[in-house]
Amino acid sequence: MTELSNSAQTPTLRRPFSVRTQPGFATIAMVCFFLLYAPLLPLVVYSFNSGTSIAFWEGFSFRWYVAAWDNEFVQDATIRSVVVATSASFTATCLATMAALGTTRTRPYRGLTAIYAMINQPLMVPEIVTAVALLILFATIKAVTNYHGLAYLIIAHTAFCIPFAYMPIRARLEGMDLSLETAAADLYATPWKTFRRVTLPLVWPGVLAGLMLAFVISLDDVVITEFVKSAGQDTLPTYMLGQLRRAITPEVHAISTVLLAVSVAMVTIFFFLNRKMQ
Amino acid sequence: MGMGGMSTRKDSPAAVEANGVSKIFGDGSDKVVALDDVSVTIKQNEFFTLLGPSGCGKTTLLRLIAGFDHPNNGNILLEGDDISGLPPYQRQVNTVFQNYALFPHMTVAGNIAFGLEMLDKPRNEIDATVANMLKLVRMEELRDRQTSQISGGQQQRVALARALAPHPKVLLLDEPLSALDLKLRKEMQIELKRLQNETGITFIFVTHDQEEALTMSDRIAVMSNGNILQIGSPREIYDHPAERFVANFIGETNFLTADLVLAKNKAGKIKLSSGKTIAATLPDNHAANGKVTAVVRPEHARIVKPGTSAALEGRLDNIVYFGTDTHYHVKLGAEGDFIVRMQNSRDDAGKFAAGSKVGIAIDSNAAQVLRD
Ligand SMILES: Nc1ncnc2c1ncn2[C@@H]1O[C@H](COP(=O)(O)OP(=O)(O)OP(=O)(O)O)[C@@H](O)[C@H]1O
Ligand SMILES: [Mg+2]
Repeated sequence: MTELSNSAQTPTLRRPFSVRTQPGFATIAMVCFFLLYAPLLPLVVYSFNSGTSIAFWEGFSFRWYVAAWDNEFVQDATIRSVVVATSASFTATCLATMAALGTTRTRPYRGLTAIYAMINQPLMVPEIVTAVALLILFATIKAVTNYHGLAYLIIAHTAFCIPFAYMPIRARLEGMDLSLETAAADLYATPWKTFRRVTLPLVWPGVLAGLMLAFVISLDDVVITEFVKSAGQDTLPTYMLGQLRRAITPEVHAISTVLLAVSVAMVTIFFFLNRKMQ
Repeated sequence: MGMGGMSTRKDSPAAVEANGVSKIFGDGSDKVVALDDVSVTIKQNEFFTLLGPSGCGKTTLLRLIAGFDHPNNGNILLEGDDISGLPPYQRQVNTVFQNYALFPHMTVAGNIAFGLEMLDKPRNEIDATVANMLKLVRMEELRDRQTSQISGGQQQRVALARALAPHPKVLLLDEPLSALDLKLRKEMQIELKRLQNETGITFIFVTHDQEEALTMSDRIAVMSNGNILQIGSPREIYDHPAERFVANFIGETNFLTADLVLAKNKAGKIKLSSGKTIAATLPDNHAANGKVTAVVRPEHARIVKPGTSAALEGRLDNIVYFGTDTHYHVKLGAEGDFIVRMQNSRDDAGKFAAGSKVGIAIDSNAAQVLRD
């Protein structure tokens, strides 16, 4: 009965509401994409400019890439950026994994919502406020210990990376069937073995996503780094910011283009890794 | 009740014994008593079924035996040892989950090997057992498949093999067939019985399907509202329901009010509203006399001509033909309808006409007095 009446209906009547069919959808989408990607195009193009101008095209060359590569400030900043981003994203991902387990694999307890809010707090608090707060805190510690190393930057980056690493891991854990862990316990797996053999392999894509997100976020940070870094501790973004204050050359374009390529590569790798694991 | 003296034999302890087990969820106004002082003894090598409507506490009882939850009161013995304090991974009990809960990141063989690996069995023993299990559930060709790439019925078999591989003392099955279509369900019912015979493992099987319970079980516990109302063989439960709920829940039945005029142990005589007296079975420790309710299954009565052999008389309201049998709805005046189910034979047609006065004969010992 129901099948008959269904097939008798014209398909257009049954089609669910879809934004795509609304008038103007295509135009708005095109405008959005344009705003997102159009500014990147001149950046990439002028990074290959053979002249010193960022407005007049004088021919194709890798000149600015070579210049950036040979610039020891850039080398220095790049190494520092990678060290900070790697340490911070690893530490943040470990902490975020534990936090995600603690908020999804326990009986609901009092204050759970407050804990969610606290973990996500760095997303809500203006970055400049965190930066000033860290500046003051670290200044005190620096005065007391006389230590001026990279640890401050790594700790600061770890702190603001945690919510970014936390989100995909928690999403993955919440999407996981709890009865799998029950089944593992039923099959003689101790809690640790259950975690190693069942929970971890299944949240792994979430952990990788969290790690990459944290890495990119750390690599990109300016505000907090600018406040927290000691003298001579430029990361790539703060170095570029410093350059802009002087004369802008296509060298900055070249560095930006490389950063862009790195993040596109990471997102792509992650996408394929994730697909393979499904 | 069907709990014989066998279960108390000293030389082999019961597979599972629950003593006064209670489980309460929540507190205050949203307090739910999921199990209310339940005691049950399940014998070794038994196919034992927990049968009851949704929410009666079947899953809760299984989860307490498996160790996923802990009782508020009472204790649970596994082959005589108190396991109430042990976590699930220390109980030699395995579960077949309703949604199978197969590990999606492992192959069929990987799933089956999991329990043995957790028990740190040597590799060659694991391989041999896995091969055995694959053969037992007829899944040899699919050993290296990912579990997402096999059908529902096949997943069911893998779940069974995985739970049987560590050779548990008791296998718990929580409505394992409810996700399968009817045909596959019938096949798996036979398959389950075969597996239980071949492995000799005690099965505790949960279902809310009375037919499934009757066809598969050695004994059935009928549950309602956190209580076990009656335990017995399928025949005992079906032919001699002790409570109104059991009689109602299992099969179709007719309720008659009567006077108990004679009670001698479990045998009694009851006087029906028609004035006729018939023999009836009494539940344990029943009061000697008074008003009672008796039940008679539709297939334990026959339509006859009004007269001496009829225990009841009434007007034949409706005749419903079902191919193999026919249902006769007889109006009994004040008592309402009485349904008689009779096998069809070639010369039945037109013997009784709707609207005519008929008698109902009740088979000897077919009437069962309820406890209420
Ligand atoms: N974790 C829980 N928290 C609160 N109440 C629960 C919980 N688990 C079960 N209950 C309640 O306990 C009662 C028994 O539940 P149980 O799952 O044992 O029923 P069931 O007999 O298995 O039913 P079904 O046939 O629907 O699976 C129900 O009223 C249920 O709502
Ligand atoms: Mg249930």
